[in-house]
Amino acid sequence: MTAISLTVNGKVVSGNVEDRTLLVQFLRDHLNLTGTHVGCDTSQCGACVVHVDGRAVKSCTTLVGQVDGASVTTIEGLSHGDELHPMQAAFRDNHGLQCGYCTPGMIMSAVDIVQRHGGKLDEATVRHELEGNICRCTGYHNIVKSVLDAAGRMSTAQAAE
Amino acid sequence: MYETHYHRASSVDDAAAQFAKGAEAKYLSGGQTLLPVMKQRLAAPSDVIDLAKIPALIGIEVGGDNVTIKAATPHYDVSTNAALQKAIPALAALAGMIGDPAVRYRGTIGGSLANNDPAADYPAAVLALDATVKTNKRSISATDFFKGLFSTALEDGEIITAVTFPIPARAGYAKFRHPASRFALTGVFVAQTKSGEVRVAATGASASGVMRVPAIEQALKANWSASALDSVSVSADGLMADLHGAADYRANLIKVMAQRAVKDAA
Amino acid sequence: MGVEGIGASVLRKEDRRFTTGKGRYVDDIKLQGMTHAHFVRSPHGHAKVKGIDSSAALKMPGVVAVLTGQQIVDDKVGNLICGWAVHSKDGTPMKMGAWPAMAPEVVRFVGQAVAVVIAETKNQARDAAEAVEVTYEELPAVTNVKASIATGAPQLHPEAPNNIVYDWALGDEAATNDAFSKAANVVKMDLVNNRLAPNAMEPRAAIAQYDEAEEHFTLYTTSQNPHVARLVLSAFYNIAPENKLRVIAPDVGGGFGSKIFIYPEEMVALWASKKVNRPVKWTGDRTEAFLTDAHGRDHVSHAEMAFDKDNKILGLRVKTHANFGAYMSLFSSSVPTYLYATLLSGQYNIPAIYAEVMGVYTNTSPVDAYRGAGRPEASYLVERMMETAARQLKVDPAELRSKNFIRQFPHQTPVIMAYDIGDFQASLDAAMKSIDYAGFPARKAKAKSEGKLRGIGLSCYIEACGIAPSKAVGSLGAGVGLWESAEIRVNPVGTIEVLTGSHSHGQGHETTFCQLVAERLGVPVSQVSILHGDTDKVQFGMGTYGSRSLAVGGSAIVKALEKVEAKAKKIAAHQLEASESDIVIENGEFKVTGTDKSIALPMVALAAYTAHNLPDGMEPGLKESAFYDPSNFTFPAGTYICEIEVDPGTGKTEFVNFVAADDFGRLINPMIVEGQVHGGLTQGIGQALLEGAVYDSNGQLITASFMDYAMPRADDVPSYKLQHTTTLCPGNPLGVKGCGEAGAIGASAAVINAITDAIGNNHLDMPATPDKVWHAIRAGA
Ligand SMILES: Cc1cc2nc3c(=O)[nH]c(=O)nc-3n(C[C@H](O)[C@H](O)[C@H](O)COP(=O)(O)OP(=O)(O)OC[C@H]3O[C@@H](n4cnc5c(N)ncnc54)[C@H](O)[C@@H]3O)c2cc1C
Ligand code: FES
Ligand code: FES
Repeated sequence: MTAISLTVNGKVVSGNVEDRTLLVQFLRDHLNLTGTHVGCDTSQCGACVVHVDGRAVKSCTTLVGQVDGASVTTIEGLSHGDELHPMQAAFRDNHGLQCGYCTPGMIMSAVDIVQRHGGKLDEATVRHELEGNICRCTGYHNIVKSVLDAAGRMSTAQAAE
Repeated sequence: MYETHYHRASSVDDAAAQFAKGAEAKYLSGGQTLLPVMKQRLAAPSDVIDLAKIPALIGIEVGGDNVTIKAATPHYDVSTNAALQKAIPALAALAGMIGDPAVRYRGTIGGSLANNDPAADYPAAVLALDATVKTNKRSISATDFFKGLFSTALEDGEIITAVTFPIPARAGYAKFRHPASRFALTGVFVAQTKSGEVRVAATGASASGVMRVPAIEQALKANWSASALDSVSVSADGLMADLHGAADYRANLIKVMAQRAVKDAA
Repeated sequence: MGVEGIGASVLRKEDRRFTTGKGRYVDDIKLQGMTHAHFVRSPHGHAKVKGIDSSAALKMPGVVAVLTGQQIVDDKVGNLICGWAVHSKDGTPMKMGAWPAMAPEVVRFVGQAVAVVIAETKNQARDAAEAVEVTYEELPAVTNVKASIATGAPQLHPEAPNNIVYDWALGDEAATNDAFSKAANVVKMDLVNNRLAPNAMEPRAAIAQYDEAEEHFTLYTTSQNPHVARLVLSAFYNIAPENKLRVIAPDVGGGFGSKIFIYPEEMVALWASKKVNRPVKWTGDRTEAFLTDAHGRDHVSHAEMAFDKDNKILGLRVKTHANFGAYMSLFSSSVPTYLYATLLSGQYNIPAIYAEVMGVYTNTSPVDAYRGAGRPEASYLVERMMETAARQLKVDPAELRSKNFIRQFPHQTPVIMAYDIGDFQASLDAAMKSIDYAGFPARKAKAKSEGKLRGIGLSCYIEACGIAPSKAVGSLGAGVGLWESAEIRVNPVGTIEVLTGSHSHGQGHETTFCQLVAERLGVPVSQVSILHGDTDKVQFGMGTYGSRSLAVGGSAIVKALEKVEAKAKKIAAHQLEASESDIVIENGEFKVTGTDKSIALPMVALAAYTAHNLPDGMEPGLKESAFYDPSNFTFPAGTYICEIEVDPGTGKTEFVNFVAADDFGRLINPMIVEGQVHGGLTQGIGQALLEGAVYDSNGQLITASFMDYAMPRADDVPSYKLQHTTTLCPGNPLGVKGCGEAGAIGASAAVINAITDAIGNNHLDMPATPDKVWHAIRAGA
């Protein structure tokens, strides 16, 4: 067992966990943050993506010990109160989700993609950058639309700041 | 995953000391290979010793003749390093082709080389550029480092600290992705040194891991152009065959990817 | 009508919770005192279970119990059933071996459960499962259909000699032979329809809870049809009577057919929860999903088509071998028969058809309905045949299709189906225009000059949705009726609850069904909520599959709404002292036409519940239910055309353009419909280019993870251009046809037709991986 302490969605949390505990297990089982999902055993589907110190990583392929002291943002921490994050709003407005299972990971990856590329995204780049996120429902068409839409919204929001 | 003991090492020496104490310890860097393997219960280390936060293992140094990438530098940082993009663009580009963005944020060059997956990308660059692998004990030349499928010259407990790449006159990398795993079904790195030597390494193709491709090297040495390879034929002997690529298909890919790498080379 | 009524692309009500991580899937649920299950599974494709030693496992930390196959048999939990009785052509019933929830004696596929460990934590259960020692005696295995029926092949079930479940036929053999004897040309082909793993992104999961005081079970499960699950669990598996069993399917992360069936894990969780007297949770991982979710497709077929001298089709002859895997799953028997052979007429006038289907056991995971179920196999066969015929007869593939289209409706095909309506030419024309079919030869020539191989491929699919009517399917052997139920509750303050037997796991029912109410009663969708997925709340239902929710479930809602409206109008007329026939509904108000007198729906509802002033003899309340049993299937149809480029160096296919022109009848929410098409097309493309569940000859699944099984990713597929042509379905009050499966049914033939066109070699089976295409280019050269 290891004592750990990290910041999750702005709050400091600590606990005693088995050393083999993965970040995703810590989030879901210890913190009840069940928005982060598990869709595979081989680190490929991206349903589990969260931000660690601002970088989108697979929480199923991270031991919670590795992020001791780090700052983690999950899908639950993305919106500010009632107002959806522009990426969340873009997914809703463009029908970028169906069953919703891949959605939290998609959104967390997509936010990271826009942060890296800014408003300069095009369709081919979005498709390529989504390589680590699998969706079985949407055929990606509307996910791509959502990300491009959000990229516009996010850069406008940034410009306004 | 089986239960294990997690330790965060503060320095290379600390890591080596912790390793020596563990019954069946393993180093952990980005965890993008070790953790999936542990999750499938195919590895059961008693202790995992995290190298990723050791300051001496992180960073990229670009000099006049050489580039040094420290072992725990993530693929993302390699792919986006401006000085490296100028010095060896093909190497930065290769790092940007590994896995997906989330994998690139955590996976590291040290982990990739220590693991020596036959379909990994970095080994092709290390072998073609004739890089030197530095460890906490010694320096190992690329040729001596790779010992076939998932095996290397590393001794038990030895830690890769950095990799030093001579800056070539020009180099290129082309990768054909495995449709499912997105590792290299075949990837070819071509390099021409400042003195005119040509080295070509292929990954993903051979059943014994990364390999040089003499036929292509000779043709490119005589004439550095894609068309120089038109008449070259690569033997399928010893190449891997699986659901996604027969041996003759991989042999073809070695040539086609080499041609594309030459076209992109800079 | 209205901005939120029929035809409006209303944004989905469910999306706020899904985009903020507030969805509630089975694995998100925790119950007090919950234990965790991990299954001990067979590593062998075929073996005798000689013994199970759980003594070491029982001593491991946190272990509550180890339960085995023999115990579940001893406790008289029923064997898994197949719910559709199909008869061989000689009249004998299909031959089935027993499928116990955990194998007591023989395992017949890798991954089949033999025991389960129940422990305090998930990790402890898995740790202990490794300590359960099972002794197997390996038996020879067989995984390929043709090998399985060969003499001397390993035998799976004593009940099914030569591993044959049935040898079934449909159509008029003599008439078909006659047609062939008159043919000017005959086109022949061998086709493989590759086995697929459904891979809904949420793996299956179950939580079972037993309440000793009430002798009552609750099951939370990843199900597309909780009522059917309850029915089967109580009627056949002896878990508990229906009134003592509640099945809840909360948010479900995709199904595509694979979550229709009641699997051993759910049965075991229920049974074990009583044995250990604590809640039991099982959450599958991806490997278990690959090994144990029912796979789809897996046909090997030979087809022949006869043409007269004017290139009109005279007849079609098909012989198909369908791989059922090791056991007959719930609806498996119907898939390669009544859901497949009945669609072999495609969009064409074919005077005579004869189809033979042999269903075969092999040492592989059971095969059942996967998105499209039988219809993709039929559509692929017919559309590959048409394209091949056009090439052989040297006519334009669009022209050949057009010449043979059915143009008169209703049309009775020689294989049971009576198409009610359609306009096949309209969708073909729309698709050809959208892709600039006429300009293709010039584009092909230009691509050639750049060293690329360009091809174009068509697919004119038809499908049958909303499997119906109950009486008809009953006569064909179905074990259930295929109607749907709905209940509308208008609450005293005017909010509305719709209870439906359909289940949403991505289809957006929470929105679409509200739109039906908005349309009818003029209330905003925000006032309407949909209840589904809980057998204690919803009276009964058949669930969601076969693109049936709107055509059948939606029609049931419309019927109930009609009753609500009629009663509400009576109350309004009474309140307004007007004649009932003068009442009209506008924007949620009941008005007396030609006057300014009106009463709002909430006031009508309040009047209904206060019951102070109702018409004489009227019962209080405003709540109505309805059952809807459709009169026929619906027949969505359309044309898909794709243009692709093959890289001759690598054999890799890239999409240049993909157009789809579909006729789904009336669209309730076009945005949701298009989303369904995008998803379906991508699964169809996945089958054509990437996916394939492959076993080795010992029964090991070679593609048991995303490392080996290629799932379509964002950069594998294009953006799609969609068109809609419309003929309203006459068979249901909404005029809708169903859109959930079309893409998966029609896409794969278009892709393979395009690639074979590009490379000039027609011998290419799915999945057309770069390796296969590269080899085909060389073989064709
Ligand atoms: C979804 C996915 C896709 C991927 N795609 C690709 C791809 O396309 N191409 C590719 O090349 N790779 C790919 N990878 C692998 C990825 O690049 C890994 O990051 C890399 O192979 C291992 O690096 P790591 O830092 O994560 O090492 P870890 O997983 O932490 O360690 C790997 C092994 O190396 C040892 N080790 C680590 N660091 C050292 C050191 N400094 N000295 C000695 N031993 C050490 C560890 O003990 C362990 O045995 C993929 C991985 C995933 C999960
Ligand atoms: S669950 Fe993390 S990548 Fe699939
Ligand atoms: S919306 Fe269902 S998996 Fe993406």
